[in-house]
Amino acid sequence: MTASEIIDRLRPLVPGASFEAADSVDFATIYVTPEVLVDTCRALRDADALRFSTLIEVTAADYFPREPRFEVVYHLLSIANRLRLRIKVRVADGAQLPTVQGVWRGAGWLEREVWDMFGIVFDGHGDLRRLLMPEDWEGHPARKDYPVQIRKSAQTYEPMEVSEAEFRANIVRDRAGRN
Amino acid sequence: MAELRTETMTVNMGPQHPSTHGVLRLVLELDGEVIQSVMPTIGYLHTGIEKTAEQKKWQQVIPLVERMDYLAAQSNSLAYAMAVEKLLGLEMPQRVRDIRVLIAELQRLASHLIWLGTHAMEIGAVSMLFYAIRERELLLNINELIAGFRFFPSYIRIGGLREDLPRGFHEAVNAFLDRFPGKVDEFEGLLTKNDIFRRRTEGVGVISQDDAQQWGLVGPIARATGLDYDVRKYFPYLGYETYDFKIPTATEGDVYARYRVRIAEMRESVKICKQAIARIAPSGVWACDDPRVVPPPKDKVYTEMEALIQHFLIYSQGFTVPAGEAYVPIEGPRGEHGTYIVSDGTNRPWRVKMRAPSFLAIQALPAVVKGGLIADVVAVIGSTDVVMGDCDR
Repeated sequence: MTASEIIDRLRPLVPGASFEAADSVDFATIYVTPEVLVDTCRALRDADALRFSTLIEVTAADYFPREPRFEVVYHLLSIANRLRLRIKVRVADGAQLPTVQGVWRGAGWLEREVWDMFGIVFDGHGDLRRLLMPEDWEGHPARKDYPVQIRKSAQTYEPMEVSEAEFRANIVRDRAGRN
Repeated sequence: MAELRTETMTVNMGPQHPSTHGVLRLVLELDGEVIQSVMPTIGYLHTGIEKTAEQKKWQQVIPLVERMDYLAAQSNSLAYAMAVEKLLGLEMPQRVRDIRVLIAELQRLASHLIWLGTHAMEIGAVSMLFYAIRERELLLNINELIAGFRFFPSYIRIGGLREDLPRGFHEAVNAFLDRFPGKVDEFEGLLTKNDIFRRRTEGVGVISQDDAQQWGLVGPIARATGLDYDVRKYFPYLGYETYDFKIPTATEGDVYARYRVRIAEMRESVKICKQAIARIAPSGVWACDDPRVVPPPKDKVYTEMEALIQHFLIYSQGFTVPAGEAYVPIEGPRGEHGTYIVSDGTNRPWRVKMRAPSFLAIQALPAVVKGGLIADVVAVIGSTDVVMGDCDR
């Protein structure tokens, strides 16, 4: 199924949306705007002729210095209809995208990785913490303006010292909290 | 008498734990032996390979991607090479496609053997590891034969293969293929009807077909839930449609079903390998004839000026790939191994992204083990066959 055929099927399901077919060498690719992303994904999952029930991957590419800077890419798979589809969303630096976790649960970590690597915020995600990088890391490494080699001094932490009195007080407080 | 007070206990498992297949850390909240919640922590093996790849020339990325999923090195490089070839519009000669099929299937066997050995060892069948590693040794010897490197041969290149097959290749592969089915029977004799093994695995870590789709799990885990999706059948590549093989499935979705699916897959892989090795002539063409990508033969480099220039250009500047993007999926040992590449028309990739089946499998882990026993966590991790190098990249 070509990109324009998929768009024709989507139009009645997602009113008011503007889709754009893109050139591709492998399979259909469409551009979607962030406002209708979740509705489009739900329609793609549920429409009988499409049935994109599996989210293969969420990733992004940084086209710095072009504006808008990022393209978030969703690869979908329809096992029932033997189809593949690529959805792309253009995102400017600092703009937000809605999460598609409500459509495919597996999007959680994939979006978290995109946030970790590119700093693209997924609205409504609820768990945007570092995934691959350490918790206290600064910056988003996959951005094009992030240097490939940086020098960072190794961080060490002093061992925590707890006196016996504090330790006992903690236990008592914990137990009180649980009861 | 006062009422019995109960409290949950938090246990840290890993990152240095023998059953976590590398460096996976799980924080388990336990009520007695029953798991209340699991929080996986990953990233200990994150080496920024995707970022590093953006600094390398197209051909130089192959050794990098092979180090992602280190148990299935050549299925990474195959997916990457096929994605670049898609953008370049290259068609491979039939012999190259057959050799690639053979290598991909041998790689699947090698990966499944490590899975079988470690999975069985973790739930008590320690001797299984030695039998599995012994067979894998023969596959590593074949790698050494074709490339001089046992783990990461980098034998698959953009535009074909590194060089022609060495002398003795057919003998080594045939010897392995003749020997191996009997060994699978031996493995099954040790495990399939083993009462201890079945009690540890049956009904444990059940994943429903719906859950598998929701979590994006495809590959052996999904096939153990009754979904017959396999890239080799649904989106054939390298001429897989001309091979005679089946897609093994099971319906229970538990650890034992995943075990049976992978064992059956090994038998099917042997079938494919036998068909492939029969098609491959001992010597012949080993790359496509595109002078942009494939360097000229050495005797021409020494005798012809144009060939020398071409050789110099390919090895100093590399080649450019037309601007665009491509995602090429292949069926790796752990499921759909896909490479997404973006080119800006220069001699270096703009973006390389590997779809990591282990990443999604670990994401689904908390939902699978919740409510089970702590001892079953080890069985479930083993059965999902996660490789942390693949997960963290």
